[in-house]
Order: sequence, then structure tokens, then C-alpha cells
Amino acid sequence: MSTRQFGQPIKRNEDPRLLTGRALFTDDVQLDGMLHAAFLRSDLAHALIHSIDVEGASRRPGVAAVYTAGDLGEFWQPGPLLVPPPPVEQLEFHQRTQVPLAKEKVRHAGEAVAMVIAESRYLAEDALDDIFVDYEPLDAVTGLEAALSEGSPLVHEDLGHNIGARVTQTKGNWTQAEAEADLVIRRRFHYDRGTAAALENRGIVASWDEKGQRLTVWDTTQAPIAIRNGLAAMLGLSEHQVRVIAPFIGGGFGPKIMMFYPEEVLLAWATLLLGRPVKWIEDREENFYATTQERGQVHDAAIALKGDGTILGIKDSFIHDAGAYAPYGLTVPLSSQCTLLGPYVVPSYHSEFSSVFTNKPIVTPYRGAGRQHGVFVMERLMDAAAKELDIELVEIRRRNLIPPDSFPYNNEIIFQDFTPLVYDSGNYEPALDRALQLIGYQEFIREEQPRREANGERVGIAVVNYIEGTGIGPYEGARVTVEASGKVSVATGVGTQGQGHYTSFAQVVAEQIGVAVSDVHIVTGDTDLFYWGAGTFASRGAVVAGNAMHAAAVKVRGKILKLAGDKLEAAEEDLELIAGRVQVKGVPETSISLGQLAAEANPMRGAVQPGTEPGLEATEYFGPERGATASGVHAMILRVDPETFTLEIEKYVVVHDCGTVINPLILEGQIQGGVAQGIGNAFYEQLHFDENGALRNASLMDYLLPTATDVPNIVSDHVETPSPLNPLGVKGAGEAGAIPVGALFAQALDNAYRDIGLEVREIPLSPNRLFELVTEASAGEIV
Amino acid sequence: MKPAAFDYFAPGTLDEALGLLADYGGDAKPLAGGQSLVPTMNFRLAQPAVLVDLNGIDELFFIREEDGGLRCGAMTRQRSVERSPLVQRISPLLYEAMPHIAHSQIRNRGTIGGSLAHADPAAELPVLAVALDARMYVRSVTDARWVAARDFYVGLFATAMLPDEMLVEVAFPALPPGSGWAFDEVARQHGNYAMCGAAAVVGLDGRGVVERARLVYLSVGEGPVEAEQAEALLVGEQPNAEAIRAAAETAATQDVDPVGDIHAGPAFRRHLSRVIAERVLTRAIERATEANRQ
Ligand SMILES: Cc1cc2nc3c(=O)[nH]c(=O)nc-3n(C[C@H](O)[C@H](O)[C@H](O)COP(=O)(O)OP(=O)(O)OC[C@H]3O[C@@H](n4cnc5c(N)ncnc54)[C@H](O)[C@@H]3O)c2cc1C
Repeated sequence: MSTRQFGQPIKRNEDPRLLTGRALFTDDVQLDGMLHAAFLRSDLAHALIHSIDVEGASRRPGVAAVYTAGDLGEFWQPGPLLVPPPPVEQLEFHQRTQVPLAKEKVRHAGEAVAMVIAESRYLAEDALDDIFVDYEPLDAVTGLEAALSEGSPLVHEDLGHNIGARVTQTKGNWTQAEAEADLVIRRRFHYDRGTAAALENRGIVASWDEKGQRLTVWDTTQAPIAIRNGLAAMLGLSEHQVRVIAPFIGGGFGPKIMMFYPEEVLLAWATLLLGRPVKWIEDREENFYATTQERGQVHDAAIALKGDGTILGIKDSFIHDAGAYAPYGLTVPLSSQCTLLGPYVVPSYHSEFSSVFTNKPIVTPYRGAGRQHGVFVMERLMDAAAKELDIELVEIRRRNLIPPDSFPYNNEIIFQDFTPLVYDSGNYEPALDRALQLIGYQEFIREEQPRREANGERVGIAVVNYIEGTGIGPYEGARVTVEASGKVSVATGVGTQGQGHYTSFAQVVAEQIGVAVSDVHIVTGDTDLFYWGAGTFASRGAVVAGNAMHAAAVKVRGKILKLAGDKLEAAEEDLELIAGRVQVKGVPETSISLGQLAAEANPMRGAVQPGTEPGLEATEYFGPERGATASGVHAMILRVDPETFTLEIEKYVVVHDCGTVINPLILEGQIQGGVAQGIGNAFYEQLHFDENGALRNASLMDYLLPTATDVPNIVSDHVETPSPLNPLGVKGAGEAGAIPVGALFAQALDNAYRDIGLEVREIPLSPNRLFELVTEASAGEIV
Repeated sequence: MKPAAFDYFAPGTLDEALGLLADYGGDAKPLAGGQSLVPTMNFRLAQPAVLVDLNGIDELFFIREEDGGLRCGAMTRQRSVERSPLVQRISPLLYEAMPHIAHSQIRNRGTIGGSLAHADPAAELPVLAVALDARMYVRSVTDARWVAARDFYVGLFATAMLPDEMLVEVAFPALPPGSGWAFDEVARQHGNYAMCGAAAVVGLDGRGVVERARLVYLSVGEGPVEAEQAEALLVGEQPNAEAIRAAAETAATQDVDPVGDIHAGPAFRRHLSRVIAERVLTRAIERATEANRQ
């Protein structure tokens, strides 16, 4: 047998380049004659534009051009609706998508009003100061309930209201569940906005080559192929005239799958017009407005249970903050709606939501993509029910888990891929038990907590469950080629933003071809090297692109064996692929190198059999029947300073099931990073908009990202239930770390303050907010 | 996030620098470590026409002992202060508080003079200067004067310096014998500006009664806020837990009147004012008691 590559903790192929500064990021692209763009962004969240005076800016030395909406002519179009509404009965949907430059009206602070292109970014920004916009300020829509109230200002007047969509999904019969229940609990929950704050902001370089008649765009996008197709259509070019390269990207997290950002279309348009390359690199301040955000929802939820804790049903009615435009359709609220049910048997469910337009930056999926809210609501309801019924928190969960013999399990609610979410596989109780064991649940509750509380400490423990629909279609593809050097090159259409694709994909291929992982060269995100694909999102890279690689590699392996069989005069079954060679099993002397085989598969003279394809190459596509459902359990011990309300996470455990593991090191990294973002979301990060829609903390000085001192070492373990829906058995893991952290914090804090009956019903928190909640709970007030 | 255009001078001597400030008046700004000034310029909140870079003026970099006290040149890096054995010996309060300023990377560039001159109400150094009765040596081409720290701070990001004046040096007198001290603060994250913080200096007489008390806050007003009523309450008292609690309560309810920001509302800041006062007074008194025993 050859040594296994798949499943091993192999160090990442890309790290030497990344760590020594030799990887190409968009801002590294320097071209002769390159111009620089800067955008004038509205300070006001909601205002009419009466006029824009660009005279002074245009005259400033070094300025090549100044454009406003009026200059764009036919090119000025609202962006495409990326995700159409799902096939749900009686759904109401009003499409309103972002525009390249605001015309007549601005709808959120930071919306671009004019673009200056100059010889340097400095000059371009100087010229912004010379542009005068005559605004008429309007009242802003900021609150979610206020957006729905009678007489609210309107984000899109022509609609006559602020409702972007209304969706109701049901299963079973809530009314009956409520009637039969021994206990019904109702709660209101709030989840507020944050931003993904990728290390690298967005950036674009667009370059039109007049002689070659080709447009090249370097773009920090998670979806280069869709960008190419869209830009070609908008600019009247053939797809072959447009090359989009998504080079190394310092973090995507979802906002970089958004299309088309105004800057993306404007730079491509401008380079054609000006005949010179144009660069725009988003700065950190712009990122707070111009890149999409997520997570504002208000839920009114109810749970109906029997006296023994069995769930009969759940009713949830929520408002989702779409921001000023909704190019991404209903992906986020649908994920909330669908993921809420979690790993539990919930016979009846009635869930309705209104997605509302507000005068705030656009909302699109960000790591977790609405799942956070669903998990928060469900887990909080379980906690409230446990308390009311005097059942242990873990026990009430255990009683409601979907049993291992019920898979595939149909949760019946339509997910972001437009089909009812069917959990392909899962085994929830062992993961729960493992997490309890790793955190030391019983010991903490019985001994440690009482002992420490007697010393005046505040310590709490928590354990929560979640499921995550991952790896959705439609498809991805890959081309695997053995080169004459004996090395293997692989191309795929998805982009990479730090996931370790150069290694995990290489492992999938190396496993079949029998070469070292370091000899597999992966190309992602260059539309000239792979034509087809959808993009990197929804924890789908490993599942969908990974299985396409696998299929292509299996096919190439077949070609290798066939050709080698001919050359070595041996039966295919008697051959093995080891260390870049094909040999007769156990007879290394009778062997041939892959490089030599590849050369022979591409003869330069003579005749071949009719129908022969040259090379050791194959292209395959993979489209799963439906997504694979990952699951997991997080547990934590939290210490609160009872005087300052600052927190210390003493222990953090993640046990999760993402099916077969390709590379445990990379998986560990995904989990750690996800938890870090979850911690930020739960206790540090919050975008503070004032009542005028102005953002009060648009800098990393005041928008607090968790730092190394805030994020603990995470103890993690896996339960492996391979997905039956793809040959590799993998499920997505990209979002798992981030999803249940808010629910976990809430439960741990409740536990630390159970003597005063604290019940946390919102995320994010902060020391200040915790102080308020504890003060209110101590006074016996309803929070 | 690119600054507006500016002229840049890098004088080699203090006199040259003062000359440039005299020539350009309010249009010029000294550039020290740049850790506050450069971000403000990148946001275009500050658009000085001229920068006078002090980094090449060797005579502004020093820490030395004089009359038993400490003297620091304005350009002394915060990191140098933090690591100085002289500071540790002569001004242990300053020594204890330095690591609370930002992150070590920022302290590597940030200067003591820059922070004192910037007068950020959330900054540690102005509070320490007031608590320690520091004096600021301020010069212009035509004038030179010493200003007491408590007279130096006149409002939000405002000092008693005129546009053509520069902070050249700061003097921290030694603590009288029998003094105890402490500094503490609560920040949302390590290295961030604190939501509330305070420095305390307490002196006990031979009978162990409080003779002198200083309690100065950051982040609860427009500059360093001295808790005068709490101080008065402590003086003449036996320094026991009850007296400390009473003083902390007075400080939080009478002496400070904090406004809120996104990180901490007024009620929470008031709460923290009490918690921190209790913590720093307790520790300062322990140290003073210890010092008295020796
Ligand atoms: C991420 C971050 C976190 C921070 N956290 C903290 C913190 O927790 N606590 C804290 O106190 N500070 C903090 N700071 C600020 C830091 O300490 C700065 O270094 C300090 O406030 C300014 O010092 P500087 O030498 O960099 O001055 P500069 O930024 O160069 O100058 C600041 C101002 O003072 C003026 N100035 C400088 N020197 C003189 C002089 N000799 N005479 C007259 N005017 C002068 C300048 O013209 C300018 O207006 C933080 C900074 C950052 C970037």
C-alpha cells in the first residue's frame, strides 16, 4: 500500500509562501501607468441628492476623471439578484439591489456617490474634499420594529413600505402542539450586527489591454467565475475576453462572495474608458460601510413542551435586517429559519419572518449566515424550558435529540439551497457525551463550582448543540493533469481565502495518484485556468470542489493504470502507485515514473489509436444531490469578575462531526478561527449605529476584535459520521466554530448568575451590558 | 485613509524645532511617536500644514535623577520609561502603570511627551502626572516656564501650551517617605484605552493615620479628574476597609460625573469608579503601612 495522504495532519503547502511574504495579494499587483480610485461616500444614512458639484475635483492636478451616477449612462444598473426567492407558498418578495453610485438618494452611510480616479490614491483622496454634494437629509430607518411601523420613513419609497420579503414555513401543527402542551414559554430575543473584518480588506485592479482586447481583473472575490461572467455581460465583452483572478485573499468569511460590489463594476468600466489600469484598495474605514455585514434579527419565539421536556412544537416570528439593499435574497433569514430546529425532534414548527430594509449597510451572509440566530433562539428556549420544568439542561437536550437510526432525517424546512433540509447523517449523543467528558461537566457542577462560589467567585458552565447545513450545490469542477515532470497540477474554479485548499485539495488528489502532497500544485480562482464553477461559500469547498477533484483524480488514476499496464505488460490489478511511480506490486524493479508515462501519453510523432485522448488528464464535475449536514457541541467554563464584568474563558471544548476529515490540522484551524469569531460576536464586536444611521465605531480602535488574550486554547475532538452523499464522505467545517458561541455565552452567564435568575436574551454582550442585566436581575426586574 | 498633503521638517536641535513652531504657529504640529497624530491625520481629522519631526533631536531623549526626583525628556519612548530601573526606584507608581498604556509595539514608538501633550482623557500618563505632582517644562523661542501638571490640563485634548510652545521635559518629584501608591484600570481588552482607571497615592503619619491622599481618574471626564472630596474624607482617618469604602463611594458619587460612550454608559463608569477606587486605595494603603513599618 502507498502511504496515506488523505486524513493526515500534513503541514500546509501554501504556508512557506504566505509566511515569507511571497504570495500575491491584490494590492501586490503593480502595473505600468496604473491609476488609483477613491470613492466619495455619503456621511448621511438617508438623504436626497439634489446636486453634485465635481468641478473643483476634476480640475485638481493629477486627477484623471471624476464620475457620478449621471456619467454612467446605460451602464448604471442595479446589481443582479444573486439568489432568487425560494419556492415557498405565499411568499412575498420585493427585489431591491445595490447601485454602482447613488443617484437621487443615498440609503446608507458610506454609500458611494462619486468616484475619483487619479495618479495616486493620495491625490484621489485630496480631490474627494473638493466635491460638493447638496443633500437633503431624511429621517433614517434604523430599528427593525420601527421599520415596520406605520409612518416609518421609507428606504425605497416606490415600495410604499420597508418590507423586502415575508416568508412563512411550517411543519406539523403548532396550534395543536400549543393546545396539548403542559408548558408553553415565550421569549423575545435580539441579535445585533457585526462585521467580518477580514484581515485583508477588499481590493480590485482592473486592466484593459487595448491591443490584446482583453480585460484582466484581480479581485478579492470568493466567486471569480461569476464575476467574469457578469462583467463580460455588463461590458458587452465575450467571456473569453475577461480574465478574473482571485489571488491569495486574506479572509473571505462571506462578504467577499457578494456581487457585484459597486467598485467591482466601476473599475472594470473605467479601465475600458481610460485605457489605463485602475486600482482600488478598500481601507479599513471604508470596510465598515462598503463591505456587507450581518446578524441583525429580533425573534418572538415560543416553545411548547410536555411535562417530561419533550418538545411538541416551536413558533417563531422574526424580523431580519436586510440593510439598504438585498442582493443576496433570503439566504440569511432562511438559514436562521431552517437551522433553528437543530439536532432536535420538533414535530410542529411555525416560523414566519419579515425581511426589512433599513438605512444601514447591506447584509449578506457572514460565516454562519443566519445560523447563529436560529441556534441562539433554540438553545435559549431549551434553557428556559429546562429551568421551568426543573430538568437538567443536558438532560432536556438529550431527551429531544434525533436518534441515530432516524437518518436521513427530513427537517422539512426549506434551506438556502431551496430544498427541504434533510440531515444526511448524524450521531448526536456521542458528541454530547464526549463534550461533557472533556469539559468535566459533572465534576464542575458538583465540586468545583460550589467550592469556588463559596470563595466569592462567579463561574458558569455551558453546553450547547447545533447543526449546520453545508456543502450545498449546485456544482464545482476540477481538472487534474500529470505533467511530464511527474508533478500533478490541479485547477478548480473556486477561490481560496485562507482555507488551506492548496493542501487539502492536494491530499485528495495525492491519495489517488500516489505522489507527495507537496508535488500537487493547485490553482484556484483564475478563470483562464478553469472555466466553470460557483464559488467558495456555505462551507462547500471541501465537499463540492473536493469531490470533483476526487472524481478527476480517480479518472486520471485509471488512465495511469491502463497506460502503465500496457507499458509494463502487467494487469492493472497487479499495479500500484507509489512515490510518483507505477510498479508491479512488490516488484519495484518493474516500474515506470509518472513523468515518463505522462510524456508517453502525449506523443509528438507517430500515430495513436483513434479516439485516444492525449495526456494523463481528466476534468470532472461534482454536484451533490443535496447538502451534507454537519453538527457539533460546544462547551465552556467562564469566569466573570463580579465587580468589573470582564470575562475569562477558562476552558473551551468543541466536539463536532464534519464527516470524514481530510486534514485534521486544517480542520483544527477552521474550528479555532471560527470560535474566535464567535467569541468576538458574543462579547466584543458590535456595530453601534445611532438613530440617524451613522456608525459610531467605524475603526478597529472602537470596534473590538477578539485578540490573542481573549481567545483561549480550544480543546477539540471529532465524531466521524461520513456523509453518504459524496464519495469522500466529507461535510463542511468552515462555519462550525462560529455558530453556537452566542448561545454558549448566554447559558454560561445565566449559570454563573443563577442565584439571581439572570436570563440573557441578546447578543452581543459587553461588560457594560452585563452590568445592566445583572443590576436589573438583582433588582428582580424583568429584563 | 491617506493624510492630506503637508510640509515636513526634521530639525536636529530643540532651538531649530522651536524656531519652526514660531515660524508656522498654529499651522505646525510637533511629530513625536506619531501613534496618535498619524492616525488622526489618516482619518483627515487633523490636517496640519507642517510637521516638525522631533525624532532627530537627541537632547529630548533622556531619563535622569535630579534632586531625588525623576526627569524625562519629552521624546523618551514609553517603552524606555517602562523598562528603566531608575523609574522603578524613584517613581514606582509610574513604573507600575506604564504597561497599561496600549501595546508594547505602540510603546516602542509612543513617547512620554507625546502622550502628555496629546491630553487624551483616557490616557494614563496625564493622570499619573497629576497624581505625582509632576511639572512640565514648556518652551517657545521666547519663553520657558514650568507648569504644574494640574494646571497643564485645561480640557478635552487641551493643555496650557500655546501653539508655538513645546513640551520639553517632565519632572516627577520623589514620593515623600511613608507613601503608598497604586494604579489600576478596567479595559475591555488588554491594550485598549480603559473604560475607567485611577492612580492613588496615600501618605500615613507616624500613628498610621492618613496624612495625604491622592486619587486621580482617567476616562471619567475631560481630562485627569481628581477626587477631591474623597481625598478630603480620607485625610485624618484610620485607613481601614470602612474608610476606604466610604471614600470610594464618595469618589464615585460626588467627585466624578462620567458621560457614556459605546463601551461604557454613565452608570457603569460610576460603578467602575467605585470598584477601582476601592482597589487602588486598598493597595496604596497597604503599601503605605508597609513603608511606615520600615
Ligand atoms: C492601538 C493604540 C492603542 C493605544 N492605547 C493607549 C492607551 O491605552 N493609553 C494611552 O495613554 N495611550 C494609548 N495610545 C496612544 C499612545 O500612547 C500614543 O503614543 C500617545 O498618546 C501619543 O504619543 P506619541 O509620542 O505617539 O505622540 P504623537 O502621536 O506624535 O503626538 C500626539 C500629539 O501631541 C503633540 N506633541 C507630541 N509631542 C509634543 C511635544 N513634545 N510638545 C508639544 N506637543 C507635542 C503632537 O503634535 C500631537 O498633537 C494608543 C495608541 C494606539 C495606536
